[in-house]
Amino acid sequence: MKAKIIITPKKAVLDPQGKTVQTALEHMGYTGVTGVHIGKYIEIDLAPGTDKAAASKALNEAAHKLLSNPVIEDYRLEIE
Amino acid sequence: MNFSVLQFPASNCDQDAVHAVRLLGHSARLVWHKDAALGDTDCVIVPGGFSYGDYLRCGAIARFSPVMQAVKQFADNGGLVIGICNGFQVLTEAGLLPGALIRNRDLQFHCENIFLKTATNDSPFTSQIPAGKILRVPIAHGEGCYFADEETLAKFKANNQILWQYCDASGNLTDTANPNGALQNIAGICNEKRNVAGLMPHPERACEPLLGSDDGKWIFESIFAALKNKTVAVAG
Repeated sequence: MKAKIIITPKKAVLDPQGKTVQTALEHMGYTGVTGVHIGKYIEIDLAPGTDKAAASKALNEAAHKLLSNPVIEDYRLEIE
Repeated sequence: MNFSVLQFPASNCDQDAVHAVRLLGHSARLVWHKDAALGDTDCVIVPGGFSYGDYLRCGAIARFSPVMQAVKQFADNGGLVIGICNGFQVLTEAGLLPGALIRNRDLQFHCENIFLKTATNDSPFTSQIPAGKILRVPIAHGEGCYFADEETLAKFKANNQILWQYCDASGNLTDTANPNGALQNIAGICNEKRNVAGLMPHPERACEPLLGSDDGKWIFESIFAALKNKTVAVAG
């Protein structure tokens, strides 16, 4: 089993990396790009047969406490 | 006065902080990050540098160290805590100070002297800074862009929690004087109780003329004065 946590900067937070990459894409000739947001992707391996609901609860807590900073980041949790 | 300067793996301004405090006539010692107690302490300095590789986010792992639990308790009891640079990042991650520090807006590491305007003298960290004095102190950071939501900024205004702002040599809060894109040119803040402060600039590197500026000493002199008053108050 695997948990995937995708962390992105909050909309109101300055994302200079995203802005720089967006400009680079435009310079390369890619049109129609209206925004680039750079975040983090974390993969967590879980023991086989782990209870999905319990894992979700624990990982949401971990994501809130450590993996993401709620002041500046949003996250999305997927367990598969 | 006894200063405890924390030491994390990769702290690199810890010795500077100890040196500055001793130079100004008080005692300071290093406290290892694995220590669960601070010992006899009047003020804690969370120094600059890095901590635990700053993996994930700056200061994100350091806040779970045993010594930080002791610092939290010390702060909860009203003890004075000041975080400098990475120390500021650690204190925000630990929830002892609001907001967060993100990547500089130009994505570059800035190592230079900047000017600081003191926004209020009403704190244990600013009380002795002469009125109108513009402090010239160095910065050295890649992630010093202060961010907080609107609600927090409104609270800062209501409670006078902004302590220092980046300015030009004449004290104007301009955008060009802002090295990292921090909201409202914020360089340093304090908590609501005013006993915990954090700032990105390095006052400990500007406490003697030999280093080009001794303006940083005013911040330490403010802490000394606050501790002296406190001792008198407790004794009285």
